[in-house]
Amino acid sequence: MHVYLPIANLAVNGLVIILLGAITGILSGIFGVGGGFLTTPLLIFYGIPPTVAAASTATTVTGASVSGLFAYSRRNGVDYQMGAVMVAGGILGTLIGSGIFNLLQSIGQIDTVINLLYVVLLGTIGSLMGRESLQALRHKEGAPRRAAKRRHHPLVSSLPMRWRFYRSGLYISPFAPLILGIVIGVLTTLMGVGGGFILVPAMLYVLGMSAGVVVGTSLFQILFTTMAATMMHALTTHAVDMVLAGLLLLGSVTGAQVGAKIAVSAKPEILRLILAAIVLAVAIAMAFQLGVRPGEIYSVVPL
Amino acid sequence: MTRVALALLAFMALVGARDPILVPEVSQHEVQVRQGFIGTELLLFGAILEPDGRRAGRDYDIVVVLKGPTDPIRLREKQKILGIWINADSTAFRSAPSYFAVASSRPISEIVDERTAAIYELGLDYLQLSPIGSIDPAEQARFTRGLVEMRGREGLYREDPKGVSISEQVLYQARIALPSNVQTGRYTAETFAIARGRVIASASAEVEVHKRGFERLVADYAQNDSFLYGLVAVALSLAMGWLAHRLFAFI
Repeated sequence: MHVYLPIANLAVNGLVIILLGAITGILSGIFGVGGGFLTTPLLIFYGIPPTVAAASTATTVTGASVSGLFAYSRRNGVDYQMGAVMVAGGILGTLIGSGIFNLLQSIGQIDTVINLLYVVLLGTIGSLMGRESLQALRHKEGAPRRAAKRRHHPLVSSLPMRWRFYRSGLYISPFAPLILGIVIGVLTTLMGVGGGFILVPAMLYVLGMSAGVVVGTSLFQILFTTMAATMMHALTTHAVDMVLAGLLLLGSVTGAQVGAKIAVSAKPEILRLILAAIVLAVAIAMAFQLGVRPGEIYSVVPL
Repeated sequence: MTRVALALLAFMALVGARDPILVPEVSQHEVQVRQGFIGTELLLFGAILEPDGRRAGRDYDIVVVLKGPTDPIRLREKQKILGIWINADSTAFRSAPSYFAVASSRPISEIVDERTAAIYELGLDYLQLSPIGSIDPAEQARFTRGLVEMRGREGLYREDPKGVSISEQVLYQARIALPSNVQTGRYTAETFAIARGRVIASASAEVEVHKRGFERLVADYAQNDSFLYGLVAVALSLAMGWLAHRLFAFI
């Protein structure tokens, strides 16, 4: 099934794109990560221009997260108060990020920085998450597991002002989620991803939020950040391809529903181990491009 | 006075008699890019005739050059620095064609010398990119080769040394593929008839590549009405997400 993409200016196999969207959606439904970290590089690998890939992925992630968000809000799995603070930070971060983006683009190093960020962030998070889930699995096989201590990071408690976040079961400074939101906003703009793969572990291990609301709240934050990112791309780069986004959406919204169903029935440790493996695989592929052999030595920028 | 006029007349007649006429044609002057467009193939054909209508009667070589719209570009080159590949060197070209295809009846190097090939841009080795600023020829050649190889992999720069077939010294035809990732705009097809290393006739035709229908609409809105376009994109994704949620709620 050949489909012509009017903004990317090329014909693609529609089924491949729908399948890619479905992978994004399933990841989104299970883990609350946007899946953009996987879709964007795969689209680029398929031959879609990088800007178009990043912009259209943002649009797709919006659809997947709204679909998943409904599923989680039904189960009271969203801390809207925490989410709102993070969204505020996220929008601030988007503005800072676009400044950095323009600066890096003018000196021609944007793709190197994006690759490095992918390798460092995905590598770190992938190995941390993998180790943690392996340990959890080993514990389960042996003696009954000790109840995990849920504590926020010491740095978080040193911040001024404290708010109660009932759903997350936290009494912490609102600056912690705000700063987290800013960081995610910057990364979203730079890497063209939703940022869920950083957000979810950060919410669990830095803020120490209760596990039940982490995924839903992450989807809430991603929804607004990607909506802002779509608008920004539409206005500045004109690179949102509606046909590409539509195809990806077709796969991702269904995938998100399937993912949300898998999430309630499967063992969380095994799911986390799988996510860790996918994240590490992307990090290794990026490291290979960076250190061994780039896809193309030359790149063209319009003047 | 009469002598000069006579000489001139004789010269004109001689020139006229020697230079044949080229009658080129393209299978389609308009390529429509719309849903389902997966690229197309242009047939460039025509005839070579003596001015009095006889067939040429001797061997010619035909070279066909199809060139897309040109853009000013900056070309960046990655180099390995401290163990990682990063953009190190770059150069700018004022007129890099977005598409460039050359087809000939024999390899270019057997038809003309390098000087003639460079004058008429016969072949990817003789591409005129007009570099901006002064860079040394070796470096310029390296960047040009890089661009040609990259666009070659994308199917946008191509060279076919056996792409033109000539029958009965009169009719010629060449098939040139336009992949789906071509840029829209005005393409020019130039045909050269060459004998004994000299271009003896040339003619050009134009092909317009443009988007039509829904594709045109989307591209126009994205460019000219970008705020509305962004809102529609966001609305589309929200609507599809909500729809999927409703559908699955029933299952």
